[in-house]
Amino acid sequence: MTDEPAARTAPIRVLIAKPGLDGHDRGAKVLARGLRDEGFEVIYTGLRQTPEMIADAAEQEDVDIIGLSILSGAHMALLPRTVTLVRERGMDDVLIAAGGIIPDADIGKLKEAGIAEIFGPGTSIGQIARYFREHARRPSD
Amino acid sequence: MTDEDLPEELASGERRPLARLLTRIEAGDRTLREALPALFAAGHGAHLVGITGPPGSGKSTLVNALIAGWRAAGKRVGVLAVDPSSPYTGGAIMGDRIRMMEHAADRDVFMRSMASRGELGGLAGTTWLAAAALDAAGYDPIVIETVGAGQSEVEVARLAETTVVVEVPEMGDEVQAIKAGLLEVADVIVVNKGDRPGADRAARQLRAMLSTAGGRVERKPPPVMVTTATTGQGVEKLLQAIDSHQADARSPDQARARARNQLRRAVSDAAWRSAEASPEWETIVQSVADRRLDPITAAEQLLEDRA
Repeated sequence: MTDEPAARTAPIRVLIAKPGLDGHDRGAKVLARGLRDEGFEVIYTGLRQTPEMIADAAEQEDVDIIGLSILSGAHMALLPRTVTLVRERGMDDVLIAAGGIIPDADIGKLKEAGIAEIFGPGTSIGQIARYFREHARRPSD
Repeated sequence: MTDEDLPEELASGERRPLARLLTRIEAGDRTLREALPALFAAGHGAHLVGITGPPGSGKSTLVNALIAGWRAAGKRVGVLAVDPSSPYTGGAIMGDRIRMMEHAADRDVFMRSMASRGELGGLAGTTWLAAAALDAAGYDPIVIETVGAGQSEVEVARLAETTVVVEVPEMGDEVQAIKAGLLEVADVIVVNKGDRPGADRAARQLRAMLSTAGGRVERKPPPVMVTTATTGQGVEKLLQAIDSHQADARSPDQARARARNQLRRAVSDAAWRSAEASPEWETIVQSVADRRLDPITAAEQLLEDRA
């Protein structure tokens, strides 16, 4: 159907979303841009998203990865809720990761709730891209 | 779950089967081949509406406003929004959703971002098949928003029944309005950001220049309207213009023109598949690489072999 050989894999699709009310999306935009340069197809949904909006967008976009950027401190409420809604929609194999300001004490609980990995300040784009390639349901070539 | 059930799964109104199908379509999954006739047969003949125009002219915001209007009229709306892929890395940032998130949770709106993946006409190579999938799932109208387009990305007009070209008040002088290309394929022209100075003047200039046409292409000049997508100003009239254009778009001539375009895509895809499956393929690739054979003769040989 396209001019590509059948064996060539499509780019990995990532949804970058900002749940909650904080208004700072510089980090999310830098990450989106960096992942673009790493060959990912990035869907950026903008600020102030509810977990419902994020899960619905992820479902329609059939993304491989959801990256949640959160700085507001409401992560313990919003991140597990997003995981639940995504899984409820049948997206069992979608990787969900988070980044932003998240205290070490919360990381274990978030991982238990289904957040695969948490990237704190200072993480490089390259580290995130590598992690995504290794853990996405659709391995890249 | 087999592909035989695809039309039924799409008709169920569930989003997940449609979303997965679109991923396979985008990836060029050839195992879908068997399911395609049923997919087309399941189509309802939705109104395909193309939205194009320069980057930042407000296409996505306008689509957001149009969705609200169509939803108020009880229609289920499908949206395919195309953004450019990087020619260097193949990556893309797709941001059209930012303007449309208020409809994200509406079960009767399905919106999908597509990266152009190397196509240069303003769409992706698989956009027409993706539109067929949305049609089979019962969405009507289906909006196809192009990448930010300059003057010659007219591919959308071949696919869409109604093409809306979105400009801004600062679009330029009268000469811009009579150049060939994007404005020429418009069925409806919108001057968006109508709250900025000069919007009405730009619309008047467009109307004046387009009505002086009368060249080889005989058609009545497209309506030119002013909208402010952020406030909804003018959107009601635009909805009427789009809806009323549908009848014109369904003329036998127009239908044949669209069929020709679909066939152009399908024939080139089929020829490509056939050529690539030829036992001679690798040998001929090498001959072209070594400059022992020109690519045009090579193509003819490959297709003759398979005939």
